[in-house]
Amino acid sequence: MHAARLIDLTKFYHLGDNIVRALRGVSADFPVGDFVAIMGASGSGKSTLLNLLGALDRPTSGHYVLSGYDVGKLNDDELSEIRNRLIGFIFQSYNLIPQYTVLENIQVPLHYRCDRRTIGPAEVNRCLDLAGKVGLSDRLDHRPFQLSGGQQQRVAIARALINDPEIILADEPTGNLDSVTEKEIMDLLTGLNREGRTIIMVTHETSVAKRARHQIVMKDGLIASEGMFNHDTETK
Amino acid sequence: MPFANTLRTIRLALKSLMLHKLRSGLTMLGIVFGVFSVIAMLAIGEGASAQAQQQVLALGATNIIVVTVKPPADSQQSAGGGSSRGGSRGFSVPQYGLLRADYDLMTKTIPTITGAVRMREIVSEARYLQRILNVRLVGSTTEYMEMNHLQLLQGRFLSDEDETDMTNVAVLGAETAATLFPFEDPLGQTIQIRTHRYKVVGVMRSRTASAAIGGSLSGQDFNKDIYIPLSTFRVRIGDVVFTRLSGTFMSEEVQLNQITLKVKDRSDVVPTSEVVRESLRRTHGTKADYDIIVPLELLKQADQIKQIFNIVLGSIAAISLLVGGIGIMNIMLATVTERTREIGIRRALGARQRDIIEQFLTETIVLSGSGGLIGILLGLMTPLAFQGIKSVVQNFILEGASEVSQMGKMFTEMEPRIAWWSLPVAFGISVGIGIIFGIYPAQAAAKLDPIEALRHE
Repeated sequence: MHAARLIDLTKFYHLGDNIVRALRGVSADFPVGDFVAIMGASGSGKSTLLNLLGALDRPTSGHYVLSGYDVGKLNDDELSEIRNRLIGFIFQSYNLIPQYTVLENIQVPLHYRCDRRTIGPAEVNRCLDLAGKVGLSDRLDHRPFQLSGGQQQRVAIARALINDPEIILADEPTGNLDSVTEKEIMDLLTGLNREGRTIIMVTHETSVAKRARHQIVMKDGLIASEGMFNHDTETK
Repeated sequence: MPFANTLRTIRLALKSLMLHKLRSGLTMLGIVFGVFSVIAMLAIGEGASAQAQQQVLALGATNIIVVTVKPPADSQQSAGGGSSRGGSRGFSVPQYGLLRADYDLMTKTIPTITGAVRMREIVSEARYLQRILNVRLVGSTTEYMEMNHLQLLQGRFLSDEDETDMTNVAVLGAETAATLFPFEDPLGQTIQIRTHRYKVVGVMRSRTASAAIGGSLSGQDFNKDIYIPLSTFRVRIGDVVFTRLSGTFMSEEVQLNQITLKVKDRSDVVPTSEVVRESLRRTHGTKADYDIIVPLELLKQADQIKQIFNIVLGSIAAISLLVGGIGIMNIMLATVTERTREIGIRRALGARQRDIIEQFLTETIVLSGSGGLIGILLGLMTPLAFQGIKSVVQNFILEGASEVSQMGKMFTEMEPRIAWWSLPVAFGISVGIGIIFGIYPAQAAAKLDPIEALRHE
């Protein structure tokens, strides 16, 4: 059972007269419950891959199948729906909305659900549960600038989970954090993976990548190597 | 529950606007003053027209007023008159105006006329003891009071017996009475006009001036009047009046200055006035020594003027609203640039383009709509503000001026009237401005590429 499949994915950009081949044919399978770290130097195509995985962009050719939908064939509104329903984003710089409180930030994806946009007691309870899960029950009325980086990333994680997505996409989730907080956030993510969440994480730090179940290394728009080294699952 | 969703959208929009309180407030000011000026301008226009209508109505909506007009000099000569020096016998006095025969003809031949009042007036000196006052001396009959909506303060008005007996009685206007009799009770006293003495039998209540009508001696300020019976006027003063003006004598012969005709119904006014016009043309020929004033037509004109006023003043105010709208658009465009990253975040979390449009449009509408509400509150205070302007005008411009112009009088007596329909209209316009000037920035926000937007610092 695959959460996401990439079949010969390419992405070309036109820069003036030049064509930049950011992805030159990437194929990969991400089974449900996977935790994969994508690594690579800058310019290797990992950001492009992440944009495609996040349904923020469409491939030039090839297929990206997410939960049964061929994302490359969808229009803008449908892509929005896919992002809302099937993908949970965690960014390097947290990307919370500054004027909203913690609770309101967790609720934002609920505003954009395509079927039911109303926020009732059930939804609020779900937000409270998630805030408790990431350890922010006592910070619900705080605004982002009143929180530490680690706390902000926890809010982002709760927000990513609110619509119960098929995959969680984490883009350098610990890039702005110190090592102690980094460990806390990674513990949280591995915990989620252990509960069965599929997580795809982009990082360039080996220490972080090691905590995933396996790693993909990108180079020049292709997957250079795949490996499973030193991951610290409980099954070791 | 779409209503709950709308409320939430508005609440979140307010939150975003509160992020920059000063900026939002300043942006709103444009709309605040725009809406305020719309309401204030319309209130002043409405007040002025209400005043004009009141003045016209005071002339009587079912009245037709025929007045004597002094014809232009060349036609006077053709009428046989030449103003020669007094002293040489045999000079001819120019004769013009309405005739007693006109009155008889009209009242006898036009059946729709239910009442008629003749009036003769000159400016004259009135005297009591050593107090002298220039007044409008009016010779008329007992109906004059009712026809001009005058009210008695004390005593009585002219009676029919006064008319038949040609008694020497006088009724004083409020100001006349106050000037000639500052301490005494005027009733029963005797005043002197020219060479004759008249007994005061009544005093009128003070009355606001009504619109000046063509040919009248003054702007129908009834407070400086003295009324005597028309028959008395004819025998004591006569049709020929000499006036001495800076060394030269002027003389003229006028039988009647004004005939006010009353018809039963408003629908009779216009046809009757046509008949009157025709009948006078036959007797007077081409001599332009009379004018027919139909207050009902003036009323219609006043209505027209009011509409023109409203449109002109409204347009001026609309310009300020337009400026306010442009200000809003400017700020919203800046806001969109500033919040590019937020837009990227929302798009990543699943917002469609139309969700982004809805969000920014709501923010603009909340901004302009609340500006509109504040503007309406300010607009409701127009009468207060106008009071202040009035006192400034009175203290600095009109004070010390010996003669207050008609315009000045109109201004000081004018009360702005808030047109209640203008309140919802003004609010609607402010919301409309939010939509018109908000749609472009909102679309600009929605069209941003999510990836670029997320990368924006």
